[in-house]
Amino acid sequence: MHIIDRRLNPGGKSLANRQRFLRRVRDVAQRAVREAARDRDIRNIDKEASVTVPVDGVREPRFSRAPGTGVQDHILPGNKTYIEGDTIERPPRGQGGGGGGQAGEGGQDSEDSFQFMLTREEFLELFLEDLELPDLAKRRLAVVETPALRRAGYMVSGSPANLALTRTLRNSLSRRIALKRPKHEDLAALEADLAEAEARAPDAPETVALREEVARLRIRSQRIPYIDPIDLRYRRFEPYPRPVAQAVMFCLMDVSGSMTEHMKDLAKRFYILLHIFLVRRYKHVEIVFIRHTDHAKEVDEETFFGSRETGGTLVSSALVEMKRIVAERYNPEDWNIYAAQASDGDNVSSDSTTSQELLRGAILPACQHFAYLEVGDETGPRAGFVEHRTTLWRTYEPVAKANPVLAMRKVNHRRDIYPVFRELFARKAGQEQAPA
Amino acid sequence: MNAPTTGVMPRPALVRAGEPLFTGNDWDFDTIRRIHDACEAIAGPELGLSWYPNQIEIITAEQMLDAYASIGMPLFYKHWSFGKHFAQHEAGYRRGLMGLAYEIVINSNPCISYIMEENTATMQTLVIAHAAFGHNHFFKNNYLFRQWTDAEGILDYLDFAKGFISRCEERYGHAAVEAVLDAAHALMNQGVHRYPRKKRPDLSSEQRRERERQEHQERMYNDLWRTLPARAKTDKPNLSVERRRALLELPQENILYFLEKVAPRLQPWQREILRIVRHVAQYFYPQRQTKVMNEGCATYTHYQIMTRLSETGRITEAAYLEFLQSHTNVIRQPTFDDRHYGGHNPYAIGFAMMTDIARIASEPTEEDRAWFPDIAGCRDPMGVLRDVWENYRDESFIAQFLSPRLMRQLRLFHVVDDPDRPELRVEAIHDERGYRRLRRAFARQYDVAWLDPDIEVVDVDLEGDRRLILHHKVLNRVLLQKEDAHRVLQHLADLWGYDVVLKEVDPASGTVLKEHNASARPTFF
Repeated sequence: MHIIDRRLNPGGKSLANRQRFLRRVRDVAQRAVREAARDRDIRNIDKEASVTVPVDGVREPRFSRAPGTGVQDHILPGNKTYIEGDTIERPPRGQGGGGGGQAGEGGQDSEDSFQFMLTREEFLELFLEDLELPDLAKRRLAVVETPALRRAGYMVSGSPANLALTRTLRNSLSRRIALKRPKHEDLAALEADLAEAEARAPDAPETVALREEVARLRIRSQRIPYIDPIDLRYRRFEPYPRPVAQAVMFCLMDVSGSMTEHMKDLAKRFYILLHIFLVRRYKHVEIVFIRHTDHAKEVDEETFFGSRETGGTLVSSALVEMKRIVAERYNPEDWNIYAAQASDGDNVSSDSTTSQELLRGAILPACQHFAYLEVGDETGPRAGFVEHRTTLWRTYEPVAKANPVLAMRKVNHRRDIYPVFRELFARKAGQEQAPA
Repeated sequence: MNAPTTGVMPRPALVRAGEPLFTGNDWDFDTIRRIHDACEAIAGPELGLSWYPNQIEIITAEQMLDAYASIGMPLFYKHWSFGKHFAQHEAGYRRGLMGLAYEIVINSNPCISYIMEENTATMQTLVIAHAAFGHNHFFKNNYLFRQWTDAEGILDYLDFAKGFISRCEERYGHAAVEAVLDAAHALMNQGVHRYPRKKRPDLSSEQRRERERQEHQERMYNDLWRTLPARAKTDKPNLSVERRRALLELPQENILYFLEKVAPRLQPWQREILRIVRHVAQYFYPQRQTKVMNEGCATYTHYQIMTRLSETGRITEAAYLEFLQSHTNVIRQPTFDDRHYGGHNPYAIGFAMMTDIARIASEPTEEDRAWFPDIAGCRDPMGVLRDVWENYRDESFIAQFLSPRLMRQLRLFHVVDDPDRPELRVEAIHDERGYRRLRRAFARQYDVAWLDPDIEVVDVDLEGDRRLILHHKVLNRVLLQKEDAHRVLQHLADLWGYDVVLKEVDPASGTVLKEHNASARPTFF
C-alpha cells in the first residue's frame, strides 16, 4: 500500500479546460461583465463576477429518448395507498410522473442554466476586451516615477561615509582568525609572564624561549594588521525609479438634464479605465466625485452617476470646487492629481473666460493630467461636428493647444472609449488634437 | 435499511483488546497506514475479498473538484466540457448546494483512491473501507470489468491520449480538435461494443500501434506520387448488397467504430481521436451497468468493516456514531412523494439488497426458501455475496435477487405512463401478484441496452451520394428527443462528410415513424 500526498501538486489542473470553456461562452460572459460594469461602483470593478450560462449554449447533445412520448415505466418507492389497477391523475407536464424515474441520462441535462464565477483576471480581461483592448498591462502607459536610491549589497570601494563598519569588522575578524593573528590579551599575558621571568631569572633558557616567543608574536601581529584594506566594505546604493505612491482622481461631471444615461455610461467607463490604470500604477488611489449644474458639489459615487438635475450649467463651479479640495486635502507636492471631466459640452458662454482662467492658473499646474471627455449620442457625431463645436470645446481648445496636460476628446460610442483613453495617456508630448 | 447485519455474520469471538486507531478528528500519514492495515485485516481474512494493490492519495478540495470535472480520472485530455463541469461543480460547491464526494476511486492497477484532506479520521476510515476495499474488490472481480477494462493499461493509455490530443492541438489548432472531440463526445454512447469480439482490448499497446501507423504512413508517403496521372478507371466492382454490408461490418451499432474505420474523408489524426473517445467510452461502459452493485458492494463492505472495527474497539464510540450518521445519509432513499426524491439512490438499493442477501443466506424465512432455494440458509453470506459481485450486473442482479420482503420494505410500485390514456396506471405493487412483474420492470430500469436507444448504421449508399443510413429501433413508441437527435446527427454528418439520414423504425411493423436528416458542414475538411 502506498500513501501519496498530492496536496502540494500544482493546482489549477482544470485551468486549460476552463479557458476552453470560457472561449465557448465568451458572448455570455461578455454580456455579464458589461452588466456588472454598469452596476458596480468604480472601486469594485475588477472583483470576480458570477455568470449565468444558459445550458443551451454549452449543451452536449446525446441521443436520448424523448420524455413524454410513448409508454414510460416508473418504479417508485414509498407506496402507501395504491393497489394494482389504481389510476393516478397525470401530474402537470414537465417533470414526468412523480419525479421522472431513472429515464436515460436525465440528471444534469434537465437544468436550464447554471452559474459560475469569473475570477478577477478573467473579469478584467473580458472587461477590457469589451473596450477592444487585448491586455492593458502589456501596453506601455505613461509611468510617473521619481528616481531614488536603494541599498544593493556592498562594494569594495566607496566614500568613508558609506563604510559598512560591521561587515568590515566581520571580514577583519575572519581574516585574523584564519591567519592566526595573536590575540591582544594573549600577547599581554605572555609579556607579563616574560617581565616576571626576566625579573626572576633573566638568563634561564625558559626566559630566552619566552622572549623569542613574544618577539615572534609581536612581529606577527604587526605583519597581520587589525584592519586591512581588503576587509573594507562600503554600502552600495543603486538608483531605481520609484513609483510615486499616491494619486487622486477627480471625476467632474455635468449632471444637468442634458446628460443622458448613455453619456453617463460612457463617462463611467472612462472613469473605470482611469481607475484601473491608477490602481495598477499607484499604491493608493483616492477618488473625488464632483458633479455640477450651475453650482458644484462633492458627492459619493452613487449620487454622482445616479442623479440628474435641472438648472443651468456653470462649468467653472466644478473647477472652483476642485481647486478648493486640492488646496484642502491634496497637496500637489505629495499627490499625483488626475482629473477627468465628462460633459456634453454645454456651458453658459459667459463662463468661458472664468473657466479658462481657472484652468490655466490653478488646475492644470497642479495636475499630472486633465482629460476632457466630451460625450455624445450613441448615434454618432451630429452632422458637421467639426464646424459645430460646443461652447465648452471652444473654451478649452486654446488652453489645450498651449498646455499638453489638458487633453480633449469626443466620444460617442463605448468602443471608442479605450482608444481615446490610450491616446490620452500615451503621453505624446504636447500634440493633443481633436480627432478628425 | 433497518436490518443491520450485526450478529448475522459468523465471526471469531469478539476481542475487545484493540487500542483505538485514533481518537479525535485529526489524522496523519501514520494513522492512515494503521487504518488501512486494520481494514485490510478485516477485508481479507474475514470478508474474503481480494483487491488490486492500494494507492491512497490525499488531495485538497480544489483537486477533488478537478478530478470530478475530468470524470474522476487523474489525467485526461483537455476539452471545454470538463471546464464546464468544473465551473458547475465549483459554483454548486461554493454556494453550499453540493457537498463533495468523500472519495474518488479509479479502476486501475494499483487501484487509486483519492481522499480529501478535509475529512476527519473517521471519514478517512470509512472512505478507505469503502473505496480501497469495497470498490477495489468489485473492480478486480466483477466479470464486466474483467472482460472490458484493462486496469493495468488505463493510466498509460490516458497519458498517451492526453499527449496525442495536445499534439493535435498544436498541429491542427484548437478549433479543429475541439470540433472532432465535440462530435465524438456526442456519439460516445454509441461508441461501445456491447458484445465481446475476437480480441481482448489491450490499451497498453495502443500507443505503440498509433506510432507504428504514423511511421508507416510517413514512410509510404512520397510527394512525387502526386504528379502521377490518375490510374485508368477499372470496372466498378459490382458487389452485391449483402457482400458490401458484410465488408463494412454492417449493421454496426458502434457508430464511432464505424466512422473510425470507414468514414471516407477523415484525416488519420481525426480517426485516432475517435478511437480515443471510443476507448474511453468502452472503459466506462461497465461502470454504467453496475452502479447499484458497485455502490452496494462498497457500502456493504464499509459497513462490515466499520462495525467490526467498532466491535473490536479499534475505533471509539464517538467515531462509530459519526460513521453511522454519514452512513445513514448515504443510504437514505426518499419516497416518491418526498420533496427530495430524485430517483432511486444506488447506494440505498445496493446496500439494502446486499444486506437482504446476507440475511437470506443466514436467517431465511419460508418465503425466502421458496424464492431463493439456492442460497437460502446456506450459512455463508459472504460466499454468496462474493459470487454475486463477481457474476452479475445491475439488471441481472435485480432480476435475480430483489426479494419480496425488500420490495415490501421499500414499498415499491410500478406506474405506467401511457400517453394514449388519460391517467397513469398502477401496474403492479408489492403484493403476491405483483412481485415478479415489479421486479422485472425494475430490473429493466437498469438495463443500459434497454435505456440507450437502439441505433445502428444499416447501410451506405455507395453507388449514389454516399448517404449514410441509420435506424433507430423504436421501443414502446418512445421516439428520440428531437433537438438533441438533430444536433448529434449533425455531428455525425460532419464526421461522415456526406448526408446522413436517421430513420426511426417500429420494429414490429417496419414502418418509419420519423426521419431526421443532416448534411455535412465544411467543419473538418
